[in-house]
Amino acid sequence: MNVSVTVNGDRRELPAGATVASVVASLPNAPEGRGVAVAVEGEVVPRARWSSTALNDGANIEVVVAVQGG
Amino acid sequence: MTTPFTIAGRQLSSRLILGTGGFTNHEVLAAALEASGAELCTVALRRLDPAARGSILDVLDAAGVEVLPNTAGCYTARDAIITAQLAREAFGTDWIKLEVIGDDRTLLPDAVELVTAAEALVDDGFVVLPYTTDDPILARRLEDVGCAAVMPLGSPIGSGMGIRNPYNISIVVERAGVPVILDAGVGTASDAAFAIELGCDAVLCASAISRAHDPVAMATGIRLAVEAGWLARGAGRIPRRRYAEASTPDEGLPVFDSASQ
Repeated sequence: MNVSVTVNGDRRELPAGATVASVVASLPNAPEGRGVAVAVEGEVVPRARWSSTALNDGANIEVVVAVQGG
Repeated sequence: MTTPFTIAGRQLSSRLILGTGGFTNHEVLAAALEASGAELCTVALRRLDPAARGSILDVLDAAGVEVLPNTAGCYTARDAIITAQLAREAFGTDWIKLEVIGDDRTLLPDAVELVTAAEALVDDGFVVLPYTTDDPILARRLEDVGCAAVMPLGSPIGSGMGIRNPYNISIVVERAGVPVILDAGVGTASDAAFAIELGCDAVLCASAISRAHDPVAMATGIRLAVEAGWLARGAGRIPRRRYAEASTPDEGLPVFDSASQ
C-alpha cells in the first residue's frame, strides 16, 4: 500500500508509513544538519518530529533551504 | 570607525548589512562580504534544489557572519508567517527580515498584510525587522506591534534610485524608538552615506553591491560611505541657506580705485 504525496511540487509514490525524515533523506543534496526545514500541509514540522510524522495520502510537503536573497 | 548599535539586545558593530541576492557566485559573495565588513547577512528560503552546488550557509559560516533570513517572495501574511517559522527551524534564529510585497512590478510592501504578519510573528517570539515603505505612520504602527527595528525603503528594491523622499526618512528616524535601517534603493556609495546622514542607524544593500560591475570595490565603497556618513552626521552639518555666506572676510580687502579712497 503506497501513499501519493507531493514533494516540492513533484508527485511521488511512497510506501505507507513513510515519514518526513525518510522523504528528506531521499532527496539529493539535503543538508545533513542546520539549513533545511519542512512544512507539511502548510505547517512547519520541527526536525525533532520528522521521524515520527507519517505522511498521509495526498500530503503536500515543502522542503526548503537557504539561497541567496534579500 | 562607527560606534555599535543594538537591535533586540544584540550589538552590531557594522552599520552595513549585506543582502546576498544577485551575486553571480559564492566566491564573489565571499569576497564582497569581507570587503563590506558586514556581520549580518540576509538569506532567502527556497525549495531544495537537487542540482545546487554548495550552500550559502557555508559561505556565511566561513565568514563568521550571522544569518538574517527573509520572507522574500511572500504576498500574504500567512505565507510570510510560515516562511518565518521555516527559517527559524532551518537556521535556529528567531530574527526575521519580514517582507510582504504587494505586486511583482513594484515589489512595494503591502502595508495591511505587513502589519498583520508583524504582529503575529512578534506574538510568536520573533525579532521582526520589517521591510516597509517610507511612510512614518506605517513605521510607527510596526513599532507599536513590537517590531525590533523598521526598515524603510529609499526607493523600490533593485531600482538603484536612491532615497526618493529624504524628508519622510528623516521623520521616520525622528519618531522611531527602534533602530531604522534603510533597506532598498541604494544604488551607489553616496546613497548609503545620505541614509546615515539622515539619521538611519544602518543600511542594507544587496543589488547595489551584487550587481555592480565590480562588487568587491562597491562593497568597499559603500562600507566607507557608511563611515563617511556617520562621521559627517556626528560632525554636524552647516545649515542650508538660499543665499551665499562668504567664508572669506571682507575686512582688509584692498581697494584699487583711487577715486573711492
